[in-house]
Amino acid sequence: MRTFLGMPTTAPAGVGHLRGDEPFPAAARKALGDAQLRRNLRHATTTIRAKSGAVIDEVPDWAELRAAGRAIKADTMARLPELLEQLEAAVTAAGGVVHWAADAVEANRIVTELVRATGADRVMKVKSMATQEIGLNEALEAAGIEPVETDLAELIVQLGNDKPSHILVPAIHRNRAEIREIFRREMPGVDPDLTDEPAALAAAARRHLRQTFLSTKVAVSGANFAVAETGTLAVVESEGNGRMCLTLPETLITVMGIEKVIPTWADLGVFLQLLPRASTGERMNPYTSMWTGVTPGDGPRQVHLVLLDNGRSAVLADPVGRQALHCIRCSACLNVCPVYERTGGHAYGSVYPGPIGAVLSPQLTGVADNASLPYASSLCGACFDACPVLIDIPSILVHLRGQAPHPRAEAAAMAAAAYTMDHPRLYAAAQRAAGLGRVAGRALPPPLNGWTASRDLPAAPPQTFRQWWAERGSGS
Amino acid sequence: MSAREEVLARLRAALAGAPPVVPAPGPVPRRQGDRPPGRPELVELLRQRLVDYRAEVHRAAGADVAGTVAAILAAAGARTLVVPAGLPADWRPGTVEVVVDEDLPAARLAGLDAVLTAAAVAVAETGTIVLDAGADQGRRALSLLPDLHVCVVRPAQVVGIVPEALDRLTPGRPLTWISGPSATSDIELSRVEGVHGPRRLHVVLTDG
Repeated sequence: MRTFLGMPTTAPAGVGHLRGDEPFPAAARKALGDAQLRRNLRHATTTIRAKSGAVIDEVPDWAELRAAGRAIKADTMARLPELLEQLEAAVTAAGGVVHWAADAVEANRIVTELVRATGADRVMKVKSMATQEIGLNEALEAAGIEPVETDLAELIVQLGNDKPSHILVPAIHRNRAEIREIFRREMPGVDPDLTDEPAALAAAARRHLRQTFLSTKVAVSGANFAVAETGTLAVVESEGNGRMCLTLPETLITVMGIEKVIPTWADLGVFLQLLPRASTGERMNPYTSMWTGVTPGDGPRQVHLVLLDNGRSAVLADPVGRQALHCIRCSACLNVCPVYERTGGHAYGSVYPGPIGAVLSPQLTGVADNASLPYASSLCGACFDACPVLIDIPSILVHLRGQAPHPRAEAAAMAAAAYTMDHPRLYAAAQRAAGLGRVAGRALPPPLNGWTASRDLPAAPPQTFRQWWAERGSGS
Repeated sequence: MSAREEVLARLRAALAGAPPVVPAPGPVPRRQGDRPPGRPELVELLRQRLVDYRAEVHRAAGADVAGTVAAILAAAGARTLVVPAGLPADWRPGTVEVVVDEDLPAARLAGLDAVLTAAAVAVAETGTIVLDAGADQGRRALSLLPDLHVCVVRPAQVVGIVPEALDRLTPGRPLTWISGPSATSDIELSRVEGVHGPRRLHVVLTDG
């Protein structure tokens, strides 16, 4: 990859988790064969859709809130450089230290060096999409530093040597019985008679992590929001593991995608109403923490903020695709997507699965590196309807399909079709041939068999319109 | 070129070449809240929403906060209570060992049964109490490590919606928004109470 200094640049390959090992259709085919996975996903997404719908119906101004969310994000993107400089100044004034990372490699290096400077060989982590994206855990392990995931679902994924499959609930592909098995196998000192009651599983995680919270000197978090005018960072969570990590250690390092900045304190009011209802289907999530630099006597004494580009500048450069940066990571689009519900998150290859992942990942990496993802959708539009900040995901999908490399066979077929349609005799002959072709079965021959791999070829009618018209004319 | 200059240059170049498709926003109407804080219907809505998320709610006449707290602690079997230095003295129950937080180590806080704090503001519509580390609330670790959190809310602190709460809060302070006890939706997306934060939340609503 060639990069030009100061020009929008995609995320580098070979680090982090934005690219899958195989194209979506191949990965999806395997996932579709897993009946247990499909049952788990259907159960979870059905539950969350009902909960979310009920609490959204309670809000009289939901439509205005969504419009406000979109407007704030559009304004933010249009002023991103100045807002980031404002945020940097405010965080610095409050005693924090701001770092800039052009890509995953730089961000991993900055965090590793900050942890090393403390002398710690272990960090505890709050669930963070940005650190998943850059592969921070692998970078820390390579440097001899143990990362401990403290979010319950991340812990399930980490203990199970697994990959996250959902933005909000990375272990959504696991049911309670599978989680019990992972805990019994991998959690030191766990009660061998542990049941699969969710409350018992949560209690096991509480016991397992308590000492870690009390003794670990460094924590790494992401951020849901960063307020430019005040320098305030916010983390939205449920379990209290976030509060532990943000409050108890001596050093806190926050890694944040640059698109998470919002202009004003009052803007938080819009997103704190939108996010929980769209995300977990709660009126408000159990805990939200907000901190501004360092507060003497309360919480970490060293506070760092790493601002991450890693392809976001390239997304910003596309006037259509730019709105993918508006995403607040609620995962409502995953929960309503008929494709996601059947394939699960692993098939998308990236840490960002589902409809938002299908538009975000190809833009972060360059479309060529995730060329199948813009097609991982039926374009039904359910994601657009569900998005709390009104991201027009179907339009971005279509836009990206135009940029994806197309097979030469497709271009040849389109050129042949255009020529045929320009020549009436050829066209009539082709239609007659298609009618005869009914005996050929419901699949196309290579190189066009990709089209019929996942759908039947429609049967040609017994008679073309032209034939019908000609016969009708002679008969009357 | 430093990483900072590099990123900012990339973003400026991205914006220079691409006018936005989503139109620049005009003013979007935002509900600001129209019910004066502390109205009885707001306090009642707060109570319902707290109960809905498994917090337990008690009403106490202003003079009887200590008695109400004592009854909560007795019912929970809590024998030790930590309080912030600035908590009103007449809220402290006389029935348990009371420890005042003077920068106690985290392990010591975690070994105490319960914590009693005030709040900065409460949001009726979402069933949320917000702590801002004021003298009657203490530092953030205080309300986090003991397994039982008892929080006293005065009617004048109860607003209707989230934007009204933000108006009353000071951005620079460390803030903790609490809506029910610690919970998770990570197992099959069903909400379960009781993970790392306090597993029990009791809110005492005073009458003045």
